[in-house]
Amino acid sequence: MANVAHTATSAPVVRRRSSFEKLMSNTSLWRGMLAIAVFLLLWEIGSRFDEWFGKEWTLPFIGLIPAPTAVFAAWLEILPKAGYWMSWLQSFKRVLSGFLVAMLIGIPFGLALAVNKYFRDLFFPPFEILRPIPPLAWVPASLIFWPTNEMSIAFVTFLGAFFTIVINVLGGARTIDVRYLRAAQSMGASQWDLFSKIILPGTLPSIFTGAAVGMGITWEVVLAAEMISGGGTQGGGGLGFFIWNSYMGGSLEQVVVGMISIGIAGYLSSSAIRWLGDRFMPWKRLF
Amino acid sequence: MNQMTTNQKLHAAATSPQGTGTGRPLGGALSIRNVSKIYDPEGVNVCAVNDCSMEIVAGEVCMIVGPSGCGKTTLLNAIAGFHSITHGEILLDNQLLCGPGKPKASQGADRMVVFQNGALFPWRTLAENVAYGPIVQKKMTKAEAHEKAYHMLAEAGLGDFGDKYPGEVSSGMSRRAEIVRALINEPKVLLLDEPYRAMDALTKSIMHESLLETYDRTKVTIFFITHDLEEAIFLGDKVHIVTTRPCSLKKTVDVTIPRPRTYESLSSEAFRTLMEEVNEAVHEEAVKAFQAGERELA
Ligand SMILES: Nc1ncnc2c1ncn2[C@@H]1O[C@H](COP(=O)(O)OP(=O)(O)OP(=O)(O)O)[C@@H](O)[C@H]1O
Ligand SMILES: [Mg+2]
Repeated sequence: MANVAHTATSAPVVRRRSSFEKLMSNTSLWRGMLAIAVFLLLWEIGSRFDEWFGKEWTLPFIGLIPAPTAVFAAWLEILPKAGYWMSWLQSFKRVLSGFLVAMLIGIPFGLALAVNKYFRDLFFPPFEILRPIPPLAWVPASLIFWPTNEMSIAFVTFLGAFFTIVINVLGGARTIDVRYLRAAQSMGASQWDLFSKIILPGTLPSIFTGAAVGMGITWEVVLAAEMISGGGTQGGGGLGFFIWNSYMGGSLEQVVVGMISIGIAGYLSSSAIRWLGDRFMPWKRLF
Repeated sequence: MNQMTTNQKLHAAATSPQGTGTGRPLGGALSIRNVSKIYDPEGVNVCAVNDCSMEIVAGEVCMIVGPSGCGKTTLLNAIAGFHSITHGEILLDNQLLCGPGKPKASQGADRMVVFQNGALFPWRTLAENVAYGPIVQKKMTKAEAHEKAYHMLAEAGLGDFGDKYPGEVSSGMSRRAEIVRALINEPKVLLLDEPYRAMDALTKSIMHESLLETYDRTKVTIFFITHDLEEAIFLGDKVHIVTTRPCSLKKTVDVTIPRPRTYESLSSEAFRTLMEEVNEAVHEEAVKAFQAGERELA
């Protein structure tokens, strides 16, 4: 009988490697770590050059930047301080709230633009006029609109992610292959089925692209807004204010600590989005 | 033997009147009468189909062959209800699909399309793809639909791949799964638009065997567009050769080679004679298409 029940499997038994084994044998990982180590070493040498060979040997640019070891020492010093962690928390809170609100409003708005012609005719033109205005150009205006500094920062952050998310959702939903829609319709899908089973999953990749880009923009905007606005209230000025404050206080080491902290924060945020993307789109993990 | 009886039980349990081995045509006679299709009547006026008529008997494999861009897909889209026709009428089992007063046929599960480059939903596993139709039509519960989907995939030799996403399987497998997705809806007509285009010869031959096997089992009417003359004769009961644009029927060749057909049929004398006959007609149209193309460029 050629018909084999689907439960029958005859795959050969392959020993599964533990995730630790996989990690250790990951050559890209090792190469990446090596690259970072070489980078730090060159930086260290570059900025210590004048200490070793005399003042006339101060290298341009890099000679003025504190060495990684000095930065690391400064970092160790502030690690136990609550203020530093408050800055993290404050910035994260701002990024997350602006980003989430942008997703919450942006995804339905983008989908509505995509599926409804009247809605598109009505709302797309004003959207396209507002979109090219850089979020930071909104800072002075929103400081006037909104009663508190905090609300102004939240609003500008929201704008940063919103436009990107909407444009991606709209583009994604509009370019869904018509054959998927036709196939579903032939199989008897209702309008709601088309939306929930075809358009929505078909747009998911673009939603996540928009989210990843939007997240990057939110970090940029939050940091800049924190520097411009003086960081808001009660010591929780955020990482942007932390950098600005360190600069004003003349601690170059702390400025670099702040910069690296932002790098790490951004990396954590985009990793989170990638992780969610894998969860929501299991079919994408294969490519 | 044991397994066979299990399978038979499963068939009996399935609600399908088109279960394995009934061999009974379920209707699916298509009448295409004087159909014309002009794209964009206000503007450029591309006449894609002109006064095209063909009769397709229920349960027959009907192959459509013609030059590139002559309007074959246009005809298929009209039957499927994806767009309107300008003149003429199309009937399915003597029921009007589209015609005067109703330019566009409604889309329905009685005519299922397998698309030119494959259109399985990439975000659903093969089994979820197959189960989609019965679920949205509320003909089965989710569990029933999935059980049937796995069963039908197994019949098509895809039993182990139900949980895979289309991106994880070969193009041949996904095309077979797409045919299964169409068949679970028990269509009267299966509309295939060059499903095996761009496949290598080996995969193609496996696809052909699989399709013939499926056809022998279901006796569903098949409307199959192709460029491949060998494929047309090997699979078809009739080969309809259509003219270069605008598309109309040029010639119908009856394929008298008995079924079941195997790859040995390909080397038979009867096959060669048919091949010559079809080739001659197609070549004539291809030359016309080429000359028309040159005129347009000049
Ligand atoms: N939506 C459309 N609007 C205007 N012209 C169209 C449209 N769709 C197709 N055409 C034109 O109609 C003609 C027939 O197209 P069709 O896709 O039906 O050809 P085909 O026989 O399926 O070609 P192929 O063998 O390449 O698949 C072509 O010249 C094409 O340019
Ligand atoms: Mg075509």
